[in-house]
Amino acid sequence: MGATASQLPKDLLSEYQELTFLTKQEILLAHKRFTELVTREGRTSAVTRVPMEKILTLPELKSNPFRKRICHVFSTSELKDGSLTFEDFLDLLSAFSDSATLEIKSHYAFRIFDFDDDGTLDQGDLEKLVNCLTGDTEDTRLTTEEMRQLISNILEESDIDKDGTVNLSEFQHVISRSPDFVSSFKIVL
Amino acid sequence: MDNNHSVFIYEQCRFFSDAEFEDEDSNYYRDTDREAKRRRPKEKKTRERKEREKKRSAKNGESNGKAGNNVRGQPEEEQRGRKGRRRRGKEEEKAPVDGGDEEVDREVQKRRKTRGNRKATKHLKEEKEEENSNHKRQRPSKAEKDMKPSQRKTKKKEEDEPEKIDKGRKKRKVKVETSSESSDSSEEEESSEEEDGDDGEEGTEAVLGALTPEELEKLKEAVDERKKLIGTIRAKPWAMKKKLQTLRESQEFVEKYEGALGKGRGRKLYAYKVMMRKKWMKFQRDFENFKTACIPWEMKIKDIESHFGSSVASYFIFLRWMYGVNMILFGLTFGLVMVPEALMGRPYGSIPRKTVPRADEAGAMDFAVLWDFGGYAKYSVLFYGYYNNQRTIGWLKFRLPLSYFLVGVGIVAYSYMVVIRTMARNANEQGGGDETNYNFSWKLFTSWDYLIGNPETADNKFASITTSFKEAIVEEQESRKDDNIHLTRFLRVLANFLVLCCLAGSGYLIYFVVRRSQKFALDGLENYGWWERNEVNMVMSLLGMFCPMLFDVISSLENYHPRIALQWQLGRIFALFLGNLYTFIIALMDEINLKRKEEETVKFNMTAWQASLYNGTIGDNVTLSSITVDPADVPRGPCWETMVGQEFVRLIISDTMTTYVTLLIGDFLRALIVRFLNYCWCWDLEYGFPSYSEFDVSGNVLGLIFNQGMIWMGAFYAPCLPALNLLRLHVSMYLQCWAVMCCNVPQERVFKASGSNNFYMAMLLVILFLSTLPAIYTIVSIPPSFDCGPFSGKSRMFDVIQETLETDFPAWFGKVFSYASNPGLVLPFILLMVLAIYYLNSTSKSYKQANLDLKKKLQTQNEENKKKNKTAALKAANDLEEARNAVSLLQQQQSNNNASKQDDRRLDSSQQNRQQADNRPNYRETRHTAHPAKSHCGHSDPRRHIDRSPTPRRPGMSGYLPGLPHHPASKVPRHPHIHLQE
Repeated sequence: MGATASQLPKDLLSEYQELTFLTKQEILLAHKRFTELVTREGRTSAVTRVPMEKILTLPELKSNPFRKRICHVFSTSELKDGSLTFEDFLDLLSAFSDSATLEIKSHYAFRIFDFDDDGTLDQGDLEKLVNCLTGDTEDTRLTTEEMRQLISNILEESDIDKDGTVNLSEFQHVISRSPDFVSSFKIVL
Repeated sequence: MDNNHSVFIYEQCRFFSDAEFEDEDSNYYRDTDREAKRRRPKEKKTRERKEREKKRSAKNGESNGKAGNNVRGQPEEEQRGRKGRRRRGKEEEKAPVDGGDEEVDREVQKRRKTRGNRKATKHLKEEKEEENSNHKRQRPSKAEKDMKPSQRKTKKKEEDEPEKIDKGRKKRKVKVETSSESSDSSEEEESSEEEDGDDGEEGTEAVLGALTPEELEKLKEAVDERKKLIGTIRAKPWAMKKKLQTLRESQEFVEKYEGALGKGRGRKLYAYKVMMRKKWMKFQRDFENFKTACIPWEMKIKDIESHFGSSVASYFIFLRWMYGVNMILFGLTFGLVMVPEALMGRPYGSIPRKTVPRADEAGAMDFAVLWDFGGYAKYSVLFYGYYNNQRTIGWLKFRLPLSYFLVGVGIVAYSYMVVIRTMARNANEQGGGDETNYNFSWKLFTSWDYLIGNPETADNKFASITTSFKEAIVEEQESRKDDNIHLTRFLRVLANFLVLCCLAGSGYLIYFVVRRSQKFALDGLENYGWWERNEVNMVMSLLGMFCPMLFDVISSLENYHPRIALQWQLGRIFALFLGNLYTFIIALMDEINLKRKEEETVKFNMTAWQASLYNGTIGDNVTLSSITVDPADVPRGPCWETMVGQEFVRLIISDTMTTYVTLLIGDFLRALIVRFLNYCWCWDLEYGFPSYSEFDVSGNVLGLIFNQGMIWMGAFYAPCLPALNLLRLHVSMYLQCWAVMCCNVPQERVFKASGSNNFYMAMLLVILFLSTLPAIYTIVSIPPSFDCGPFSGKSRMFDVIQETLETDFPAWFGKVFSYASNPGLVLPFILLMVLAIYYLNSTSKSYKQANLDLKKKLQTQNEENKKKNKTAALKAANDLEEARNAVSLLQQQQSNNNASKQDDRRLDSSQQNRQQADNRPNYRETRHTAHPAKSHCGHSDPRRHIDRSPTPRRPGMSGYLPGLPHHPASKVPRHPHIHLQE
């Protein structure tokens, strides 16, 4: 796909511009960063996949608590190992770019938060989400009582159809009213 | 032919209305295409058949001999008319069964090999592979043989149906066929697919020629639909591969049909328009790229953003915005006032106002004096006093006084405009959604700042999120009870009292200092040291530095929620700055009055001086005309305007200096000490007491805003102010970027960037208003100095407008203007504006209300829909179950009758059928009519089996091999097609 070549073909580049929210410079930068991640032996294969561990070394993702989820969501790998091709990588950056729409951002946010990939945010997902946000250390973690209270509050607010889970449309409904989701759901290379 | 295409177009349109492209869709697409082609008039076909038969007879021998060696058939095939080839697929179906069948098959194969790459789908590749393997094996599939004749028969039947039914019915009919035929053999699909690929331009063109305008419209619509898809594809949450594929397909489609649309008679314009649009899009994209490349400091800000989160970055974005505004202000003052005066005005030393007085000449070049903007700096284009009141200057007849006045007004007007516009845009972005009933959900879903790339920031963020969770929970739990409310109230009152004391004290201090400095100024500054000269500015800067800290301490008494506390803090600092500024202005006003008194005496003395000059010269017997006095020696007034300008410039300079010095000492030095003394200190400096400083977003923003307020106030009297400010902002951009990156730690307190953006703007607007008030007051109500500045000699500064009207415009214009400025006209006008504002305000309110109502309506509707959908789904599930039962019954019966292979085959085809059904569930009933004919002839006519000679299998067959699932969708429980006929 040209991802392995040192230069992106021109027509492919323009197609990428058409298909992502990124500008030409951003795509080229992404390509540069991506090729830096590709190992030497990887360059020979047609479509290079960079394993998740490599992607996670990017400083932009390093301290993100959702980094593994992000990789899994954007990976098209059949092995479900979270490895990314260059195109997946572009998809990622596009969704997290400045000019991406609220719809696409909220869609991917939902998929990132949906830890068990079942299409809804249930109790377990929300619990994991809270744990991700409060960090790994013991002193920041919420007690079970607090957790229960928090999740019941959240479900009370967002679960419009009262089925015990938050689905995509409910999620988007909530997100679309948030003043700072779009400005904070960004990753810039 | 017409209706075929209309159907085709119709299908295309439907195709686009489908929300998702699935793999089946491409199949579907092919079906419809083929359908369109198949339904071409028969008279042409017969003609062509004859033609073809001739050729076939010539070729028969070789093609029969070597199945694999069919390459030679190709050139001949190529020479045939394109149209002919296009139709051949259909014709084949109709043609009597003979050796030609296989030949055509092979030809198709060949062409597919050469041309198939146009449709670079995975599907096709599969087929190719299969084809190769088939070449080796040379084994005909029995199932294929079985199916072909039957299918052909179906075709015939369908085509024999009367064509003169009305259009609507036909459309329906064809749709029926398309859906039913998908369950036919794959062979047909092959040919159509291939055609779809290679007869693109000419084929469609020819077809288009025969289209009615109505259908053309439809085709255009389809093309537009595709274009829309191309435009919005980036906003679809698909994987890149799929997007790429869809994009390519759509582009191909658009090119194909757009080109065709353009080629016909009188459609050149359309093609031209399309081309131009394409070019324009490309240009726009390039321009967009260029624009983003031109945004200054983008990378720097993004770097900071990724380290410190969006709140710190919001300060820098604000700074950049401010820089842009000041750039415009600078352009106005520099281009329309300073440069014309410097180039075309009278040179330095020509008149008294442009000359340093004799008394100051000695130290006019000293750095200390220049630094204070005295000496040569005072008598330069930088200040008001230097400008001459000549109406026009230079060969351009540039009206400098007028320009000066208009630029002064224009700066204020532009600033108002830009601030209000930005505010309105920000308000639009926020959408006015002030629903706070998602408190917890927002905390959970949107509190992480994905830009954070620094582990330390991330840790802070974790901590702050945790505390916010805990706080929210606690708040929720004890929202009602507040045990020691009296103590809290007392503390809050106390805190406010203390703050008020602070404010009053600082106000008095400034007033005192300004008064003192006036005394110093009267005595002559030379007798005093540096401190006395810079007392006012230093005191103001120090107050600005320390009072916020004091407020911070005081606010800890109040025990407010952090966010509310922050707002209080900001409000107090704002009040402090404002108080200081206004004290400064009041003191300045006093000084202006003093200067004006001084001016009176100077004026009086001036006449005396002139009289003495006359007397002296007359005594010396020299004629009046030859009296020349060096301009430096002429006594002159104090020129209060220049004084005001100087004060503001000094204030800006000292403010800038304090900012930089605090930055260097408070941040850099502190960071150095903490970093390096930590090796030999008794406690951990980095995490203990001094630690590193945080970047104070709110303080910095406030500083920036007040700085800008001073610029607006002083720019009229010191045209150099915007230039100075530009310099300051430029330097602080780099300095602060560097300081943030090298010696600050991310702040712990969460200060939401987007929420506060308009807050900054609102403060800026307030400051703008408050700073233009005194400026306008001085311009309107105080008469200008008699011997300096562009308005000298006039009773008021705005008289310059009057003068211009009288001298430069025709008389009637002046008359009209005087009528227009008559209070009798102005007052009603103002009244009208107020009414308009009131009206617009009330309409906007009602719109808001309507918006809310609509929202509610939408919500309830959504819920209703959800319920309805649920019941519908349940019902559908029940129906499906019934159908399945019926099918299993029928299947049992049929399987007894048919050969197992056929059964397999049918199963496969029925899968396809089912996919179609999934795509268009509403066509199910219509399909029933078409099916019986097909299905029953599918097993009749056994003669054909024998007629078929062994041929290599066609490429597309692979996917339809029994047992080889072709579509991913086939994994779902199968429904043999029979159930549709029940």
